[in-house]
Amino acid sequence: MNTSTPEVQGHGGTQKTQFRQLIKKMGSLIGLIGLSLVLTFASPYFLTMDNIMNVARQSAINSLIAIGMLLAILTAGIDLSVGSILALSTVMMGIVVVKMGMSPIIGVGVCLGIGILLGWLNGMMLTKMSLPHPFISTLGTMNVARGLALIVTAASPISNFPTSIQFLGAAFIGPIPVSFILVLVVYAAFHVFLNYTTVGRYIYAVGGNPEATRLSGISIDKVLIIVYAISGLMAALGGLVLVGRVNSAYPLAGLGYEFDAIAACIIGGASFMGGEGTVWGTLIGSMIMAVLRNGLNLLSVSAEMQTVAIGIVIILAVYIDVLRHKAAARVKA
Amino acid sequence: MSEYFLSLKGICKRFPGVSALTDVSLDIKNGEIHALCGENGAGKSTFIKILTGVYQSNDGEMLCEGKVVRFNNTQESFSLGITAIYQELSILPNLTVAENIFLGRELRIPGFGLLDYRKMNHLAKTALLELGIDIDVTKTASEYTMGYQQMIEIARALIANVKLIIMDEPTSSLSGREVDVLLKNIHKLKEKGIAVIYISHRLEEVLAIADRITVIRDGCKIGTMERSEADEEKIIRLMVGRTLEEKFPRHQAQKGDIALRVRNLNQRGRLNDISFDLHKGEVIGFAGLVGAGRTELARAVFGADKIDSGIIEIFGKQVKINSPKDAIHHGMAFLTEDRKGQGLILMHDIIVNSTLTGLKKFCKFGYFIDQKMVVAEVDEMMRELQIHPAIPKMTTRLLSGGNQQKVVIAKWLCSKAKIFIFDEPTRGIDVGAKVEVYNLINRLVNEGAAVIVISSELPEVMGISDRILVMNSGKITGEFSCLEVTPEEILKAATGGINHEYKHA
Repeated sequence: MNTSTPEVQGHGGTQKTQFRQLIKKMGSLIGLIGLSLVLTFASPYFLTMDNIMNVARQSAINSLIAIGMLLAILTAGIDLSVGSILALSTVMMGIVVVKMGMSPIIGVGVCLGIGILLGWLNGMMLTKMSLPHPFISTLGTMNVARGLALIVTAASPISNFPTSIQFLGAAFIGPIPVSFILVLVVYAAFHVFLNYTTVGRYIYAVGGNPEATRLSGISIDKVLIIVYAISGLMAALGGLVLVGRVNSAYPLAGLGYEFDAIAACIIGGASFMGGEGTVWGTLIGSMIMAVLRNGLNLLSVSAEMQTVAIGIVIILAVYIDVLRHKAAARVKA
Repeated sequence: MSEYFLSLKGICKRFPGVSALTDVSLDIKNGEIHALCGENGAGKSTFIKILTGVYQSNDGEMLCEGKVVRFNNTQESFSLGITAIYQELSILPNLTVAENIFLGRELRIPGFGLLDYRKMNHLAKTALLELGIDIDVTKTASEYTMGYQQMIEIARALIANVKLIIMDEPTSSLSGREVDVLLKNIHKLKEKGIAVIYISHRLEEVLAIADRITVIRDGCKIGTMERSEADEEKIIRLMVGRTLEEKFPRHQAQKGDIALRVRNLNQRGRLNDISFDLHKGEVIGFAGLVGAGRTELARAVFGADKIDSGIIEIFGKQVKINSPKDAIHHGMAFLTEDRKGQGLILMHDIIVNSTLTGLKKFCKFGYFIDQKMVVAEVDEMMRELQIHPAIPKMTTRLLSGGNQQKVVIAKWLCSKAKIFIFDEPTRGIDVGAKVEVYNLINRLVNEGAAVIVISSELPEVMGISDRILVMNSGKITGEFSCLEVTPEEILKAATGGINHEYKHA
């Protein structure tokens, strides 16, 4: 009996796995569609072009930060410093462009450069200083960057940016906000990066099993440094969009954004254990959060109550992740 | 009261697909030192785990002081006075010596419920003094060496009034003086009427302290004898005594140039002055006991762990290997013993795993992976290696042990390696798949590769190697040609029982 059936069992298992993977892929999308349906019935305004574009615009900043966060989470890490990096990189851009009157191109370069630099430092502290967990290195950077942002601005906002800098955050092409187009372009690039480049595949491998990855001749340190540098870069890019939207850079910008980004990844199916998670899942996760906020606004639910709702959604999403892992463990046994 | 503290009758333990213990019967007398001998994988660990309640037997009966017992967990066996001290000590380094000794049985001040440190410290001190150890019990356990920590564990057993202590390779990490102290203390335990089951590969220790010796092999008890009837030759013969049941196909390759030359490799505390040559078209088998340093040697050569000194030459050129990346660059492959922990990314599919080392060669424009090329190559490899089920998107977690090993092999074929190190390549895979692995190794050799096979199964080492190097305590202690060696000679070199002069040719 044992000799003749294993192949058949194998195939059965695969079909089940494929089905499960489909559910995993589609799970958050089904959630998004369901949520949208409910809101369509609950509020006549929800399914209008204006409102949809509004949601797209509102989700842009979190989507940009979340895709950087996804890389960290894929390696079984985390980046707590994204909100502070956003603040420091944008206020430095404000100083260079508004206060010192330099060209906007230099300003954007400074903004993105600071993002990459701080992210790179996160990676260096994690790997070369052997800090035990990215929670530590990025927690440190989170405080340092926030403090520096307050110091260099003397705690006051910088406004009146040139329109060229506001383009990403404020402009529209037809009815579509440029920031949302930026998100789609960035996500497509990340999809290619993660699935069709060696470094992208190594990011999944590091999160799946670091020791096996190292013994396969891959430099884990290099992969991690790239991951955190990109996360820093995406935080700065998110900042650029924020500055465009509110025409202001302020030292307390991005406060708590790290948690929205983490939530988007997790709701989108990324696993805190590393190695699992997709670009499109993260986009859907970010959209779910934006739609939820938007819907609750339309239904005149108080901001306080909205925070409660977001919290419940996060816990439910992770609980589904846990159930999925338990199911997988049962298949293994 | 019966003479026996513990009687086991017809104990059987089966795991899915394998029988670990078959009809083992054994009596342990009160206050006797009973040695248990057997090769790696003979079933000793399973046996201990049944005694202590970690596993439950499928068949058979256990009597403790005349009453039938069945342990569902270690607490139940402990309450009847049975405890085990493992190679890996279960001391908590951050607690004090006294806290360790009373862990789980802390004394409280009556009426208050607060811990009575004065009494615990006093009793801990007394217990240790009985063992001839005078240390400060209020210091943390981490301040003391392994030898002392072991005494702390024994003191913990004494405080709990145990009747039987099982010691699994207790001397494997002790210095010579510490071993003497331990053996002296085992005699003290005996005088107190405590029985000891003593498991050791070091036969001279066994012969020095055991009252009776039981040999098990392939999950069966071969025999129990009094110490007076036993000698080293006899024990080894009983431990090995089997015929080469499995078929070992032979490769046809001619020995070529030196592929890998290792000279005077040292790693502090692990590897001692290791030198050997590996030729193209040759299989070297590394034999030895668990912990002899074979895996450490493989990891050191492969750059997974740092070395302190030594020279490595590959195809005649001296190379610096600081990481697995360097080793792979020079054409080495390392198939780890722990497939699931170090070989595969279990949550990922066959494609990802089998192309991990060679991903660069599928790249266009330097960075972008040509997915079609990847899938084509993986399909080809899966056909070649007969991986079942042949589904590239299958998560490797769901594959059988043999097929997981084939995916690991695919990974290294993909890297175009020339020197392969296999660490326990057939552990945990069934007989049919084993032969496929041997055939693969032979194919590699026939195609001009050089292969090292580390294996704890003597028939396997003898069956597939051209030469056998034996390691013991981080040193190479023997070199044999596979044609003229007997299992007894290998075991002697591996256990260090008889001084085997080894000189590199």
